[in-house]
Amino acid sequence: MIKTRIVSLPYLVWMAIFIVAPLVMVCFYAFTTPDGALTFDNLSGLGRYMPVFTRSIWLAAIATVICLVLAFPLAFIISRMSESKQSMMLLFLLLPMWMNFLLRTYAWMSLLENNGLINRLLGLVHLGPFQMINTQGAVVLGMVYNYLPFMILPLYSVMTKIDNSIIEAAEDLGAGRLGVISRVLVPLSMPGITTGIIMVFVPSISTFIISRMLGGGDTLLVGDLIEMQFLGNAYNPHLGSAMALVLMVLVLLFMSLTGTSSDEEMEDMLI
Amino acid sequence: MTKVKNGSKIYIASALTFLYVPILVLIFFSFNKSKSRNLFTGFTLNWYKQLLHNDLVLNALGVTLVIAAISSICATVLGTAAAVGIQSMKKLPRLAIMNVTYIPVINPEIVTGVSMLLMFTTLRYFLNFEMGFSTLVIAHITFNLPYVILSVNPKLRQLDSSIYDAALDLGCSPRQAFFKVVFPQIMPGITTGFLMALTYSIDDFVISYFTSGTSQTLSIAIYAMTRRKVSPEINALSTLLFTVILLILLVMNLKDIKSNKKGERK
Repeated sequence: MIKTRIVSLPYLVWMAIFIVAPLVMVCFYAFTTPDGALTFDNLSGLGRYMPVFTRSIWLAAIATVICLVLAFPLAFIISRMSESKQSMMLLFLLLPMWMNFLLRTYAWMSLLENNGLINRLLGLVHLGPFQMINTQGAVVLGMVYNYLPFMILPLYSVMTKIDNSIIEAAEDLGAGRLGVISRVLVPLSMPGITTGIIMVFVPSISTFIISRMLGGGDTLLVGDLIEMQFLGNAYNPHLGSAMALVLMVLVLLFMSLTGTSSDEEMEDMLI
Repeated sequence: MTKVKNGSKIYIASALTFLYVPILVLIFFSFNKSKSRNLFTGFTLNWYKQLLHNDLVLNALGVTLVIAAISSICATVLGTAAAVGIQSMKKLPRLAIMNVTYIPVINPEIVTGVSMLLMFTTLRYFLNFEMGFSTLVIAHITFNLPYVILSVNPKLRQLDSSIYDAALDLGCSPRQAFFKVVFPQIMPGITTGFLMALTYSIDDFVISYFTSGTSQTLSIAIYAMTRRKVSPEINALSTLLFTVILLILLVMNLKDIKSNKKGERK
């Protein structure tokens, strides 16, 4: 058996060099100056960027809630269809997700512009023009549009396992529609709900593309700040590392709050 | 009851509208004569012609496909070996290693990207290399590995270990026993892992953006195009990509439906 273990050695070496060591470097950079001296200034200096952090959390939270509210009925309706219809519907709902992420966001860019299609159509009925692009609303819309499938999929996969007879039993025992939803459907789909929340919240809070393309200059998110410290004009990898570290801790805290991480659950949510 | 059914139909229809209208508008304007993104002035295929002569995009497409192929093959081999090895470990080291394996999956992509960028810039002090194709391949292998391991793992768990022992008893060497008995059983997991790696690699933007140096993948080329936001070539590119994806998924699903029917007959 010892021999079998050895075949995982190349992988272990690989992960040590390209996953563990890089994260150690992020921590190292976060606590040092360019000269290599130990400092806490990078982290304490982040106070200035507090509004950006709170904005990121706030917008990601709104997008996550909207995704949940939209996806919950959707996943339920699909899970009650006949089997062949289910796979068809799922294919259609997930197809846009296979399209390049940047192109999907770009599509909204041209729709939301001041003289874009939506404003033009509204103009026909003498409404607007409305300022839609470069607003926080546009950023949330971009998040919902891009990450909605990540909410539908885990919800659907728990809901197909809910037997119709359970719902009927609840109805027979006198539960109204709200009762069925709040006391049967929601508790039974809880694993899917937490997985979906994580899968929408994490990419939303760390995005820099959506805010850059749809949010203009006024809706900077944490992702934009980090990107600017590494590849942008504000070049300062030490400050950037401190930001990345805080973002990582935020995400880990959030995940431990929602409490998923057993092996099987992770595999379920991926495949 | 019919009220509920109609309600669901309307709900699904509006969800599909929300998901598809932006893409359809993008496709529609790829045939637009003028550069306007909201006023249709006449039909043309010019943007497609220009796109097919755009060396930047074609190169980027080539780079993307080559990187996807190399990185997903490497990740599949490394990852399958890793999964087999990890499975035979004791509980504690196994849990520790699996937790590290989850890191690239859980971590925000931008953190993974940035951390690898730091790593590569540091390595450049000691080794002589340019950020580019090689760093992209390494980055892609790294973020693909967990997906391979996570798809092979369940297959390994389902495996009855006595089959492997039986093969040994019947005179197989451990190597033969693995390739003749274990390997075919976990093959579906390996294939899923490979396909996932392939799609994640083709689709990736964030990690590539930080590790690409001078190379350009298709995603990065698209990003550059959206920054300039003038040419409808980008619409043409969207249309082509969407068509390809649609065809692939349709073919795969038709196969599924056919095999389902065969299964029913049995």
